[in-house]
Amino acid sequence: MTSEQFFSLLQGAWGTLVLSLLTFAIGGLAGLALAMARISPARPVRVAAAAWIQLIQGTPLLVLMGLCFYGPNIAGIGSVPALLAATLAMSIYASAFLGEIWRGCIQAVHKSQWEAAECLGLTRWQRMRQVVLPQALRLATPPTVGFAVQIIKNTSVASLVIGFAELSYNAKVLNNSTFQPFVYFGAAALLYFAMSYPLSRWSLALERKLNASRR
Amino acid sequence: MKYEFDFASVLAQWPLFLEGAWTTVQLSFLATVLGFVLGALCAVGRGSRYGWLRRLVGAYVEAIRNTPLLVQSYFLVFGLSSVGATMPIMVGAVLALVINIGAYTCEILRAGIESIHGGQIEAAECLGLSHVQILWHVVLRPAVERVWPALTSQFVLMMLATSIMSSVGAEELLGVANRIQSDTFRNFEVFLVLWGLYLALSYLMRTGFWLLGLMVFTRRRKLGTPL
Repeated sequence: MTSEQFFSLLQGAWGTLVLSLLTFAIGGLAGLALAMARISPARPVRVAAAAWIQLIQGTPLLVLMGLCFYGPNIAGIGSVPALLAATLAMSIYASAFLGEIWRGCIQAVHKSQWEAAECLGLTRWQRMRQVVLPQALRLATPPTVGFAVQIIKNTSVASLVIGFAELSYNAKVLNNSTFQPFVYFGAAALLYFAMSYPLSRWSLALERKLNASRR
Repeated sequence: MKYEFDFASVLAQWPLFLEGAWTTVQLSFLATVLGFVLGALCAVGRGSRYGWLRRLVGAYVEAIRNTPLLVQSYFLVFGLSSVGATMPIMVGAVLALVINIGAYTCEILRAGIESIHGGQIEAAECLGLSHVQILWHVVLRPAVERVWPALTSQFVLMMLATSIMSSVGAEELLGVANRIQSDTFRNFEVFLVLWGLYLALSYLMRTGFWLLGLMVFTRRRKLGTPL
């Protein structure tokens, strides 16, 4: 592998990183909104959020990519840049999973905490923000970090329908001209591993720490 | 600009969609069965008394869980064919899926195995059960029962991920969809139809796993308690 080829892989890794960060930020915000909607006191809101999550979790990310890539075109917006379409699809996908993870964490906070906060005369918003969410956050950190690994890995399919140039796309382009699949896909796998493994370890460490303090 | 939906020309291709869906089902079924066997073997290997086996399985699980399925399939399918080991596309796709899902199944089963109380195994030893009997009746079956919901989710996610196999040439749902798109130029409609088909498949698969659970884990039904 020449240094230019390696640089091209690194450029791809940069694309992967940018898409992952955008997904985590936007998907996280949407996921928080979904988690709130899932535990809303209004039944229609709860049902709508649950249905939306089922619709997204029951389909492959690649199909969402296709819908987000061709959808804006027929809505009259015209063709959108690859990064934008990929971010949109990934964020929708991530929000459905993060929303369910966080709903579980919020509901895992002990009911007496809600009741105590209510007795103190806090409004629903105050209860959520000052009593429940800080405790839920502790529970939510390990699975959230774990899902960040899923996001990084899933960005790899952004090249398939949309053609966003990320790490696996650049590796494939290099392989198409050199026919050394073990070298380029091996190097790409190592770069993915370098991005994911620290997060996996961190998630595990957080989980152990949390368990230790709860025992 | 007003877009006119045209589902008729897309749905006219229903035999192709059906063919693709059937391939998706075949891929998923093979990968589920073989992946479960591989995962169970690895989960047992991870609790082995041989340190080298534990480390080997650990390295396999970490390598697979921290790299994308797409790159794994490229590496496996294109890599093997570059050294002359060509194989039918379906074989390569199933191989990639099995190696991938085996690692996830191993982790889930390991959690189940670790949840089995040590006293259970000691009791089984006192009853004079053999090593294999203990492993099967006391450890594995209750462990699988406990993690059944997690396994269901993981295998449904894998069924959805079979769509990635279109990139190494498998003619499953997404693969035939690409062909239909180039025939009809109705990309958005094709993806909407795919959305519906995959939703139906994941619903069917969840129901199948639920029924299988009822059949295999009869004890829970008799006790009438949810786990």
